[in-house]
Amino acid sequence: MLEIKDLHVHYGGIHALRGISLSVEYGKIISLIGANGAGKSTTLKAIMGLVPKTSGSVFYDGKDISANNTKDIVKGGLILTPEGRRVFPDLTVDENIALGAYTRKDKAEIARDRKWVFELFPRLEERKWQAAGTLSGGEQQMLAVARSLMGRPKLLMMDEPSLGLAPLIVKNIFSIIKEINKAGVNVLLIEQNAKAALEISDYGYVMETGVITISGTGKDLLVNDQIRKAYLGE
Amino acid sequence: MTTTAFLQYCLAGISIGGIYALIAIGYTMVYGILRLINFAHGDIFMMAAYFMIFAMVDFMIPWYISASIVIISTILLGLLIEKLAYSPLRSSPRMSIMISAIGVSFLLQNLATYLFSALPKQYPAIPVLNKTLTFGEVSTSVVTFITPIITIGALIILMAIIKKTKIGMAMRAVSKDFQTAKLMGIEINTVISVTFIIGCFLAALGSMLYFTPRPSVFPLAGSLPGLKCFVAAVFGGIGSIPGAVLGGFLIGLCETFIKAAGYSEFSDVFTFILLIAVLMFRPTGLFGETLAEKV
Repeated sequence: MLEIKDLHVHYGGIHALRGISLSVEYGKIISLIGANGAGKSTTLKAIMGLVPKTSGSVFYDGKDISANNTKDIVKGGLILTPEGRRVFPDLTVDENIALGAYTRKDKAEIARDRKWVFELFPRLEERKWQAAGTLSGGEQQMLAVARSLMGRPKLLMMDEPSLGLAPLIVKNIFSIIKEINKAGVNVLLIEQNAKAALEISDYGYVMETGVITISGTGKDLLVNDQIRKAYLGE
Repeated sequence: MTTTAFLQYCLAGISIGGIYALIAIGYTMVYGILRLINFAHGDIFMMAAYFMIFAMVDFMIPWYISASIVIISTILLGLLIEKLAYSPLRSSPRMSIMISAIGVSFLLQNLATYLFSALPKQYPAIPVLNKTLTFGEVSTSVVTFITPIITIGALIILMAIIKKTKIGMAMRAVSKDFQTAKLMGIEINTVISVTFIIGCFLAALGSMLYFTPRPSVFPLAGSLPGLKCFVAAVFGGIGSIPGAVLGGFLIGLCETFIKAAGYSEFSDVFTFILLIAVLMFRPTGLFGETLAEKV
């Protein structure tokens, strides 16, 4: 459903992506792992039209979206949960959730989705009048995910959802990702926490300084010697 | 000072303060969204006065239609400036767009001099606004009396737009985090345009209220009021709308009482001493947020 072909990006004078090709199939969880600075976030930003692409193309649902602006990409159901949560701290939890549905006009459906994300994250419903900035890190991450879900993603891209969270909460987040995927949302996951990501992934790509070096099914990558040494610390 | 005189000065001070507040809102809103101090804002206010002269004197259009023409053309002028001078610099360093704003300010002043000459032009009288109202011993013109009412009304409507509407929510989001706002599917350019529309609408309103009791308009007529309103916005905490309104009223009142005490020549000096004092002792202003630097 998402197909990236030979994507190049120059970022502040650096050749950050040097020909990335990857694909996400329907119904799957795909992960993209790699060290800090490998270009994982840049890949997602380039897909969303937040950073200009030097060359290469992005196909989504069979259509070339390389030249589309971010709004149209979001409207088409391709949604990014940004790294570091990035909730709007001065807005209430409820307002943050409403902003997730900004491009949608179907009020009844929005109300239904709002109920659904509150079922998924009951903590958020308890705190819906609170300013998002007063939530804990884990709650903010849940809010960021809930906000993304409000856009009715067909493909949800998550940039480091486990970043800076306590192990117990990380576990919780990953089980929610699985749940979301079961609900019919395709997931492209970016993680430094390679083990946790590969465990729930159908397929994985390993990225190093702007290129994809290894790819394979989640299970294969977990037992791959190179990856075990470099990313799993074994 | 007698009570009557005191009340008279209070009313005059609140009135001019209300006008400052209307213009200061324009500064503070544009800053909130773009982190740009729109130095051309005072000159947009001046251009609005010329639009009024154009409509009422040159084309003899009745005042109520002229007023809407002024509001529409001021908004169009603001949008044009945004598109031509600020929008192409969106990804440049902030200093570039600031310098561009100073350039636009000079451009408008010189354009006005070229088009309308540097000689002061008489501002048309709007009969309804010039009537005299008398409350007991205190007498004042309609315009002095309604200005603060209009200001407070505009403030209430504006706060409702920002708190309750979808575009208001988008404005609050954009003012905090451009990139994440984009990821929500918010069209940044639309939000910026709406900000300029509101700012210019208030500047046009302020212009009509400001120039009606004054004899004439000249190309530099917007520069001093513009600077004072900028100070009002800084005093209130730039980015904060209630802060800008409070700053406007405060400067208007202080100025009027300084004049009343016989120190007319110091009334403008006061504004800038206030600016220096604010920057020295409370640079974030009254309601400004203290930005905690993340380490």
